[in-house]
Amino acid sequence: MAELKKDDGNDATPNVSDVEVVDAATEDEAVAAVEAPVAQGEPILQVRNLVKHFPLTQGILFKKQIGAVKAVDGISFDLHQGETLGIVGESGCGKSTVAKLLMNLERATAGEIFYKGQDITKLSGRALKAVRRNIQMVFQDPYTSLNPRMTVGDIIGEPFDIHPEVAPKGDRRRKVQDLLDVVGLNPEYINRYPHQFSGGQRQRIGIARGLALNPEIIICDEPVSALDVSVQAQVINLMERLQDEFNLSYIFIAHDLSIVRHISDRVGVMYLGKMAEIGTDEQIYEHPTHPYTQALLSAVPVPDPEARERRERLILTGDVPSPANPPSGCRFRTRCWKAEDKCAKEVPLLAIPERFKGSDSPAAHESACHFAEEKDVVGAA
Amino acid sequence: MTSLEMAPANTGPDGTAPLLEVRDLHVEFKVRDAVTKAVNGVNYSVNAGETLAVLGESGSGKSVTAQAIMGILDSPPGRISKGQIFFQGQDILALAESERRKLRGAKMAMIFQDALSSLNPVLSVGYQLGEMFRAHQGMSKKDAKVKAIELMDRVRIPAAKQRVGDYPHQFSGGMRQRIMIAMALALEPDLIIADEPTTALDVTVQAQVVQAQVMDLLSELQREYNMGLILITHDLGVVADVADKIAVMYAGRIVETAPVHELYKRPAHPYTRGLLDSIPRLDQKGHELYAIKGLPPNLLQIPTGCAFNPRCNKAQDICRTDVPALVPVTEEDGTELVGRASACHFWKETIRG
Repeated sequence: MAELKKDDGNDATPNVSDVEVVDAATEDEAVAAVEAPVAQGEPILQVRNLVKHFPLTQGILFKKQIGAVKAVDGISFDLHQGETLGIVGESGCGKSTVAKLLMNLERATAGEIFYKGQDITKLSGRALKAVRRNIQMVFQDPYTSLNPRMTVGDIIGEPFDIHPEVAPKGDRRRKVQDLLDVVGLNPEYINRYPHQFSGGQRQRIGIARGLALNPEIIICDEPVSALDVSVQAQVINLMERLQDEFNLSYIFIAHDLSIVRHISDRVGVMYLGKMAEIGTDEQIYEHPTHPYTQALLSAVPVPDPEARERRERLILTGDVPSPANPPSGCRFRTRCWKAEDKCAKEVPLLAIPERFKGSDSPAAHESACHFAEEKDVVGAA
Repeated sequence: MTSLEMAPANTGPDGTAPLLEVRDLHVEFKVRDAVTKAVNGVNYSVNAGETLAVLGESGSGKSVTAQAIMGILDSPPGRISKGQIFFQGQDILALAESERRKLRGAKMAMIFQDALSSLNPVLSVGYQLGEMFRAHQGMSKKDAKVKAIELMDRVRIPAAKQRVGDYPHQFSGGMRQRIMIAMALALEPDLIIADEPTTALDVTVQAQVVQAQVMDLLSELQREYNMGLILITHDLGVVADVADKIAVMYAGRIVETAPVHELYKRPAHPYTRGLLDSIPRLDQKGHELYAIKGLPPNLLQIPTGCAFNPRCNKAQDICRTDVPALVPVTEEDGTELVGRASACHFWKETIRG
């Protein structure tokens, strides 16, 4: 870590040209590191102070930067093998940008993403390709994320074109059929087209494609929100079964807090590009200390009419401020009922709140609030 | 029944008829040579001041029923092949189109799912709100604008006076949905049909945050005007928060009706039970979710007998041959449970186990 920190000064905003200067020796090392199994007890993915700013420009010929949309503004978390990390937050809070950064589909403005100790924001060439094989994605909308002109076999088999070492040419058809079987589809459907499948089946195809290269991490961006209620449960169960079977790590991005709780081991709550609170599912759902988490949880409809009398509702007023011009200090202060002068001046750090330090209570988890206190809003039975 | 006594003005000529009653409604769509049977004999009723939630997955016919009530069914290809709809005691399907038009907006109004595509992007929201008054009441442009500001205040849009000239894209999703609600409320109708009023808001938690605001607003206004409300949704959570009674639809039929508390406590249809078991709960963490096997049926080929039989774990031979009627649900000792009915051959076993 110390060694990598040293580079930070000149590499704070990596661009493609300085990243490509990786000599062969280090590239080989990087590939070897990425292909090795993760060390016992080490997190498989470590994200440190990740930042992504999208520039806002003015002018046609002479483009001038007039500001930036701070989509992701310094977030850090760890992901362990076999674990599911849920990320929740309102639209525009940057959770999908985080997914793209982890996939290296967007270049980070600053910060590091360590996959097995290698900073993937600085990798390129063969090393990056090796990383990408191990981090796959399942998309939100199964209707638009599958090419309508390709058969299911071609869609699921396409990753093998890019990584032929996983499946030799003659072996591909059988591999694809195995994958169809794993996700609970009839292997004989290999020559069908996406329109011949229902939403739930299409999402299974998307999952099969994600599994094709035997990845270690799957990033799921709202994988069930486009599906019918009775089908959602089937897909969630499938994902849990696959996780056990292949020891996968999931980053599960969703807006449905109930589903996130069901599937996640740990949950991070994002607000305007920052992590507001992160902890185990029990810590977040039963002992939330950040006012934003408390408000989110209290607004979730519970399918139990008796619970509606028992629950207290904290209703947030107003809308999310623009990420191009976030409020000073704590970003949530404009909508917070606890906000005081301090909140406008000091940015609260994501840390275990002072008052809970050293205590065994589940409230002792990282929360970015000056006035963190526990409040049971779910009314857990 | 108390809601009826409170609102004699809204009841039918004999004083007991519900505000709206749908009887044995059938709707089909002719597509090329095939006929899609979207609605196959729906019965339900709503009283003044009452909220009926119609729950179902996509393709269950819940929205088509609502379109038939409003008279905005796309026809062709859609066609009401059978059934009656009584509104304030009058069979509105027998009315001339010009009469129906007078009802729409003034007596019954609809809130659509997607506020952004339901509002005209090139007209200001004030103009669109005022249109209700100009078209139905012949109000002048100036008066209509004053009314529009009043309405925007009503649904708590901040700075209504300054924002009346703004265009739909200048409002956030939640605010746009409020404008849709304001538009439906404009002429103080007796019945409002809300078709998934919260689902299109946003694909994120904002939906849930705004959802709580919007749903609270809707039920508050309903109490004030003593309107009947039909809430169409697939979200069991939203339903639990606001509805008085629930009708569950599957493949174009109502499979269960019940008062809201009863339905969640003791479902009398395997489909309802499956739905309830398959949603993860915020306050409970289980190991594996119960999942209803299979897929919703293709409406071109609805299974024979009970449409749910291929997915049901209680299915017997009779389920594959006989269509179960919607029968009243009773306690074990025969006492009637008010408002409860189930279309399952084995409802007795379902409700008890």
